[in-house]
Amino acid sequence: MDMWFSEIHTPNIKLSVRVDRQLYSARSEYQRIDIFESKELGKFLTLDGKIIFSDADEFIYNEMVSHVPMAVHPNVKKVLIIGGGDGGVAREYSYYPEIEEIDVVEPDRMFVEACENFFPDMTKAFKDPRVKVFHEDGLRFLRKCMNEYDIIINDSVDPFGYTEGLFTREFYGGCYRALKDDGIMVYQHGSPFYDEDESAFRVMHRKVYRSFPISRVYQAHIPTCPSGYWMFGFASKKYHPLKDFDPERWDERGIKTWYYTTHLHRGAFMLPKYIEDLLEEEEGKREKKSK
Amino acid sequence: MDKNWQKSAPIYTALENFRKRRVVPFDVPGHKRGRGNPELRDFLGEKCVSVDVNSMKPLDNLCHPVSVVREAEDLAADAFGASHAFLMVGGTTSAVQSMVLSVLKANDKIIMPRNVHKSAINALVLCGAVPVYVEPELNNEIGIALGMEPEKVEQAVRENPDAKAILVNNPTYYGICSDLKKIVEIGHRNGMKVLVDEAHGTHLYFGENLPVSGMAAGADMAAVSMHKSGGSLTQSSILLTGPSVNADYVRQIINLTQTTSASYLLLSSLDISRRNLALRGKESFGKVVEMSEYARDEINSIGGYYAYGRELINGTSVYDFDVTKLAVYTGGIGLNGIEVYDLLRDEYDIQIEFGDLGNILAYISIGDRIRDIERLVGALADIRRLYEKKSGALAPAEYINPTVVCTPQQAFYADKVSVPVAEAAGRICGESVMCYPPGIPILAPGEMVTKEIIDHIAYAKEKGCSLQGPESMEIESLKVLVG
Repeated sequence: MDMWFSEIHTPNIKLSVRVDRQLYSARSEYQRIDIFESKELGKFLTLDGKIIFSDADEFIYNEMVSHVPMAVHPNVKKVLIIGGGDGGVAREYSYYPEIEEIDVVEPDRMFVEACENFFPDMTKAFKDPRVKVFHEDGLRFLRKCMNEYDIIINDSVDPFGYTEGLFTREFYGGCYRALKDDGIMVYQHGSPFYDEDESAFRVMHRKVYRSFPISRVYQAHIPTCPSGYWMFGFASKKYHPLKDFDPERWDERGIKTWYYTTHLHRGAFMLPKYIEDLLEEEEGKREKKSK
Repeated sequence: MDKNWQKSAPIYTALENFRKRRVVPFDVPGHKRGRGNPELRDFLGEKCVSVDVNSMKPLDNLCHPVSVVREAEDLAADAFGASHAFLMVGGTTSAVQSMVLSVLKANDKIIMPRNVHKSAINALVLCGAVPVYVEPELNNEIGIALGMEPEKVEQAVRENPDAKAILVNNPTYYGICSDLKKIVEIGHRNGMKVLVDEAHGTHLYFGENLPVSGMAAGADMAAVSMHKSGGSLTQSSILLTGPSVNADYVRQIINLTQTTSASYLLLSSLDISRRNLALRGKESFGKVVEMSEYARDEINSIGGYYAYGRELINGTSVYDFDVTKLAVYTGGIGLNGIEVYDLLRDEYDIQIEFGDLGNILAYISIGDRIRDIERLVGALADIRRLYEKKSGALAPAEYINPTVVCTPQQAFYADKVSVPVAEAAGRICGESVMCYPPGIPILAPGEMVTKEIIDHIAYAKEKGCSLQGPESMEIESLKVLVG
């Protein structure tokens, strides 16, 4: 048998994974959910035909959105994860004993159930009494919050799918309002490598840059993402990701990781020239070059 | 309504059959199924350009319908509960104008509210009829003109027993409905035809627990904007007539100004949309109502905004309220509607229907999803957080009662001179001035220009409203009557 799953990254480039078998397929109110078993990546989950995570590389993403802000913010008690129905980010935060509440807002119940059935290691945090899952729209949830969270993670991936509303100025504004005066928001910033994704990347930075006093971008290598390269946004009301970074404090915790280290933390913010350029263009610090 | 018959869509079926026959075209349009214009074909799609065809025997002819167009009109009449329905391709503007031209001749009087769409007043320019305006009550809190009160209609009828017709908005852009049944009763008792502008009321024919529709209220004619809440293509519309109207005469009136090359894209969109409304309209509009009510509650809980609803109903000037309309008064956050409208588009990538001085209107329809509603509500909350002005100037009312000096036609064709807007006070206006949308004239031909109106125009211009109407594109001068 020769069965392949393909994800279209651009009209001319796709990523294909040889699939051993399909474990699950369903259509929820929000999206189509599929889970496959593969040799190389282990189990992987797709939403509307896009790979969201795989056994093989989920640790990279989950560690990078969790530990980076935790190594900067000195006093985190309350965390909000928007999206995050797979539990991966909540799991990383559950390793911090000082965190008192972790709220996960995931509208799609079916997605959570599928993850619980097929990825029990990722969803184990849902059994932690500090973790509460809310099945409602992220924007709606945020409207009720003011000055409440130390960290907010936007764990949704697709700026064009049903989570479109979580890549908008109203969302970033809602996050700003829901964060305490020294709060940090971390969000998926996509991959700027292919032309098609570049404009979404630019728009996102422009919106956040205008919504938060500090807005930096950092990177990681994630094999299943388009071009294998993925960016995160670090938006903050007070703390700078490098100037307020406290590696000793974080290292003392002894949290076991496979990707994140405090050395890598600094490196993650050191960006390739073409990305620096386009960020500065959106910040208005540099004239736009026509390509 | 014959539900089984409503499953058919004769124009659509005829086009499908025609496409399959692969007829060689030696007729217009000259793009010949798109082959002669590949860029257009690539942009609109092969399927779309292949049915952009001319009237011909198998496809009937809108000007003189005898087969599939005729059946599509009969189906529409059945679906809307009318005696006859006309498919229209010149927008609801042409439907409104055909109503007016069908029942009025030069110097005939028509009783109407002044807060009508420009198409109604322009129809008076065309036929020379005389408007008798019923002054609408104003809601000063939100700055909008309300519906027609039956007592005022009755009074206008008493003072003008020779009037031929009464025109009613059902509903207004903002969702306000008058007591239509009562007005129909007054009109018919006095031998007057009742015309209903339902540019914002297609859904009233299909939804549940909504205000009464024109045909159900016994009106003689109704202009229904299918392309608004009905889901058909822009520019397509339907004109309905009741039992006491000679439909063949109405067709002649329509044919005075209607194209003889009606677009089959528009006609098929009317046919398919009518079928959809007849079969699924009730549940679709149920969802629209649910979404609008949800949005209203959420917007009202933000604070500062006022998304109004059925609480406005007072039995007279607001006899009923169309809850599918989501109009929001923004004065409470110290911003004009037009300012919020601009912020939504420029900062939040959200395009709403219009913003006037005091209000915004978001159009909620069968194409909406609750997650888009969340974006709108989220954006309004964020606008309040970032842009609220504590001491915002209260917006003046949208509506100023006019002083009518001569008929729109007399003024339009009179000898005129151009004067700067600021110096036009005391002169009789020869043209229309309006903010578009909503397209309700601030000044109509034949009305006295006053200081209040000049200030209103200046204010609307300063706030960034799109002003239209006069020959002077920048609205710097006005054509006024000589003398």
